[in-house]
Amino acid sequence: MAEPATERPLPAWSLPSGTAESLELPTEWPGQVTREWAWGGSTGKGIRVCILDSGIEGDHPMVGELAGAVAVEVGPDDEITVADDAEGDLCGHGTACAGIVRALAPDCELYSVRVLGAGFTGSGSALLGGLRYAVEQGYEVINMSLSTTKSQFAGLLHEVADRAYFKRTVLVASAHNMPVESYPWRFSSVISVGSHEETGADTFYYNPNPPVEFFARGVDVEVAWLGRTKARSTGNSFATPHMSGICALILGKHPELTPFQLKSALYLTATNVEARGA
Amino acid sequence: MPELRAAVAAGVLANEEAHRALLQATVEVARGIFAAKASTIFLYDDTTDELVFEAVSGEGSQELLGHRIPSSTGIAGWTLVTRQPLVLEDVTKDPRWGGQAIAEQTGYVPKGLMSVPLLHEEEPVGVLQVLDRPTDARFSLHEMDLLGLFGNQAAIALDLLRRARSARAVLDDAGTDAALLARVAENLEGLEGKRRAAGVDLLRSLEALFKG
Repeated sequence: MAEPATERPLPAWSLPSGTAESLELPTEWPGQVTREWAWGGSTGKGIRVCILDSGIEGDHPMVGELAGAVAVEVGPDDEITVADDAEGDLCGHGTACAGIVRALAPDCELYSVRVLGAGFTGSGSALLGGLRYAVEQGYEVINMSLSTTKSQFAGLLHEVADRAYFKRTVLVASAHNMPVESYPWRFSSVISVGSHEETGADTFYYNPNPPVEFFARGVDVEVAWLGRTKARSTGNSFATPHMSGICALILGKHPELTPFQLKSALYLTATNVEARGA
Repeated sequence: MPELRAAVAAGVLANEEAHRALLQATVEVARGIFAAKASTIFLYDDTTDELVFEAVSGEGSQELLGHRIPSSTGIAGWTLVTRQPLVLEDVTKDPRWGGQAIAEQTGYVPKGLMSVPLLHEEEPVGVLQVLDRPTDARFSLHEMDLLGLFGNQAAIALDLLRRARSARAVLDDAGTDAALLARVAENLEGLEGKRRAAGVDLLRSLEALFKG
């Protein structure tokens, strides 16, 4: 008998005759995937969620303890450096996202990778550099409420998004709510998120008309804001961390799921799909 | 050679004041549509990588004009970098949040704002913000769409101002070919009757000569 798939040298480009049984599956996929199966009892424990954004105010009561915080700096020749971040949040947005994830998945580990602050001119390079860094760290979930329209970054971002996909890092990215061609949310290797108007934090819809794949809560959301305050906010960028939180819950219970299996589980447990008994 | 054409056009078309008036009208309408206390347009200045208060309506209007803030901090910076609209309401107490630039200049601290990127061919040229709309009604995606649509219009106004300025900059550099052509266009525009006809004839001759 051949070695188990997990011990074979990777990548495996082919499957020799008689070795199919080596592709052992680490999980039982039930006949009907329900929310109870997917994340019932999960708190996101053991899952590292990275907020790629404006930084996070670490002592905010709605955010709790941060497991780590770094800032991405862009040099004059576009060279990228990553250093510990003591600045906190330069805008409030990253703190808001972190609070949303924390509310859904209270025991996940939150990491901040700050890609804002390098000026507008350095923003594309910072986004790419930050994403590369986050994928290298192997975070299970990366929340990206950011995108770029700069086409020179599209191919590079695509490569990083695919690398993340195969390394079992889930990228959850905000779709634009303006008619704009931007990346990486349009890539099929990421989970793209738009907003619905309902109030349930775990209410999310599968969209059969992509590129936006899911709609999550993004209107009138109570969020953490700078200076240990709160605010009410609206935008796709707040829908995205809701999906990230749900991903953290599912992975907390089923850490073996690959991004495509996770996306299938999201599809089967979406509010408009599960109700039909799909 | 787009600068040359723009410069010639600037010699005969509306001046900076007209474009400014268009921007001012835009912020006034934005404020009116959403029944807000104030509205602001920031222009992105790519030479200094900053956002500039270009038009303001309502609270603290005049003190803010020309004031500059970093291009990637605060809510305006976040909107510029992400090109995503964002609405924030009922921000409590702390003045450090996105309204800080306004608060520092005027003492007026908004409790909420809507912020939308102004995009020209998908690249942001600035940011429109609408401050302190009445919060008695729950925000809806319909209003978000309205904000986006209005942002498109504001982006056109801002782009016109930007082009006019860059054309004017070419004209101000008197030694350039573009400036010479613009002066010719401007002078021709000021001529009447026989002198104008003679000027046009002369230009036609020059055109034929250039074509060889």
